[in-house]
Amino acid sequence: MTLPDTTLDEQTIGELRELMGRYPQARSALLPMLHLVQSVQGHVTAEGIQTCAELLGLSAAEVSGVATFYTMYKRRPMGTHHVGVCTNTLCAVMGGDVILERLKDHLGVGNDETTDDGQVTLEHIECNAACDFAPVLTVNWEFMDQQTPESAVELVDRLRAGEEVRSTRGATITSWREAERVLAGFEDGRADEGPAAAGPSLVGLEIAHERGWAAPDYPEQADRDGSDTSKTKLGADEQADTSRAESETVAEQSGADVEGGKSDE
Amino acid sequence: MSDVLTPVLSANWADDRAWTLPVYAERGGYEALRTAMAMEPADLITLVKDSGLRGRGGAGFPTGMKWSFIPTDNPNPTYLVVNADESEPGTCKDIPLMMANPHVLVEGVIIAARAIQAQRAFIYVRGEVLHVVRRLRAAVREAYEAGYLGPNILGSGMNLDLVVHAGAGAYICGEETALLDSLEGRRGQPRLRPPFPAVAGLYASPTVINNVESIASVPAIVRGGIDWFGSMGTEKSKGFTLYSLSGHVKRPGQYEAPLGITLRQLLDLGGGLRANPDGSSSELKFWTPGGSSTPLLTAEHLDVPLDYEGVGAAGSMLGTKALQVFDQTTSVVRCVLRWTEFYKHESCGKCTPCREGTWWLVQVLRRLDEGQGREGDIELLLDLCDNILGRSFCALGDGATSPITSAIQYFRDEFEAGMHTPSRELFPPAASTLFPQEVTA
Repeated sequence: MTLPDTTLDEQTIGELRELMGRYPQARSALLPMLHLVQSVQGHVTAEGIQTCAELLGLSAAEVSGVATFYTMYKRRPMGTHHVGVCTNTLCAVMGGDVILERLKDHLGVGNDETTDDGQVTLEHIECNAACDFAPVLTVNWEFMDQQTPESAVELVDRLRAGEEVRSTRGATITSWREAERVLAGFEDGRADEGPAAAGPSLVGLEIAHERGWAAPDYPEQADRDGSDTSKTKLGADEQADTSRAESETVAEQSGADVEGGKSDE
Repeated sequence: MSDVLTPVLSANWADDRAWTLPVYAERGGYEALRTAMAMEPADLITLVKDSGLRGRGGAGFPTGMKWSFIPTDNPNPTYLVVNADESEPGTCKDIPLMMANPHVLVEGVIIAARAIQAQRAFIYVRGEVLHVVRRLRAAVREAYEAGYLGPNILGSGMNLDLVVHAGAGAYICGEETALLDSLEGRRGQPRLRPPFPAVAGLYASPTVINNVESIASVPAIVRGGIDWFGSMGTEKSKGFTLYSLSGHVKRPGQYEAPLGITLRQLLDLGGGLRANPDGSSSELKFWTPGGSSTPLLTAEHLDVPLDYEGVGAAGSMLGTKALQVFDQTTSVVRCVLRWTEFYKHESCGKCTPCREGTWWLVQVLRRLDEGQGREGDIELLLDLCDNILGRSFCALGDGATSPITSAIQYFRDEFEAGMHTPSRELFPPAASTLFPQEVTA
């Protein structure tokens, strides 16, 4: 296949083809491919659209139609970092509106604009599924939870100064382009950074532990509906052992007063 | 009678490195997979059907029944697609679940794929959650390395490939047929049904699309059995689920409980609403039971059982169990305007009633919010909603009408006030923020 004149290098073309190979039908790779184009070129360029079109046997208009439908695809060069401020209803009321205004003032930019130093592109974003951490910001699509106007200003100052910033429950902040590469489908080795869960994510679990509450123990294998006809001997033995271990763990974690806790209902 | 809180999906979230396969396995992770591999696909479908598991993504459709709709005589391959495009305003359960416990989803995917005999599965995760995408990809890689994915899984002869696919920012892709178009590399626009995805879904082939939490509940059902699962929850809404409490409350967060708990119980567990500046507890004004597309409820609904039937009987929907709580400082007009602006922005543009209707709703709500409403605007809003509801391919337009009609039902006075007084004067926004600000009205 001949490709248009492109500054996308051989490696990128190879990776675009690799993405196509991950799906039963190559066109399914278009969204990941556009993420990859952005990561390489800093936005979805006309050239990137043409390249994706050629690779997939589509017209540039078809690819462009897809690229313009999704808000994560940027048609103008982006700053090093993308800072998103949730202003959907709950975050807005809890403080997101004030934070966005403060950041606009502080950075001297409007929505979807980039600071003069090219460091930060500011954008108001829709609900990012972290409402229990409101008000929420994102940096390169990593969570920055429970923000205030002051913490948000400090955050962007540190980003502009090139200081190391960590997500409140994710990894070290890299750059928008590096993030886009991960979204396209290439791991960056940072999955093990940060905690499993933090703050509000653990509230219910903590209350359950305090009060000695737990889900009922898993039954022993033989007690289960229909299990006698469908399990191998090996599977049954393993399952029984695990069930015992599980119930012991639960009893330990919930303290000695498991029965008492249950009778409180 | 089960305990008030019953962590199953969230039980390991405080474990060190809970997202890794060895730590997941320490608590019996992937034991259900071994059990399921020894079962016939049809028996797995029957098990999940008989468990009473209903979809946790909003609609509450019985999961096992969805699986049973897959035809066995269709020559095309069958696909399993996990809807991890969590974007409904207020909804924040699947993201922490996948961040902390991605393997329970992967294990559920493998079991579900066996049940419907799919050899390809996809997790369509929204793009705006980088670390969740990392954790999912790492979990899938570990599962391949352990022989739980790929060819001949655990010697069973079953093959399964699982791809983690990141979206690119479009609420509509949480709608299952729009998600399929998006996964095919197109604009995410809903399809007319029939045909339903079970017959003509991804690549026009039989496809099951399930929410993250639904699929993640499957390993526990295989492990615990029907009676165990049914020992939690209510008669028609069985099992455990994640309730997400947010807003003007002391302890927002994830509460995993049997279906049927009430908002009053959840608030009591978390210490109630936030404190006013004078130390008194603020008052509940309105709340959503399951995201912004579910009609608002008020303090009179504190004791409604949060299960599919209970919330339905109260005139709303259980939805995603996203309990967004707003206190007396909040302007309902401001909130409804903001939600409506969201729906207008996210309407995919395919159907006229939704595309044009949400635009007009915003125009009317903006002037009410500014205190410049006109005579008849409330009736105009209701008329517009009437012309949107049920008149488009998908439920986005329907959802857009829910906050408006319910807010007018419970707080008509505030909309009347929008004829002459801006919402920011009646309810100074500075009083509503979670950080202290000087209130000037």
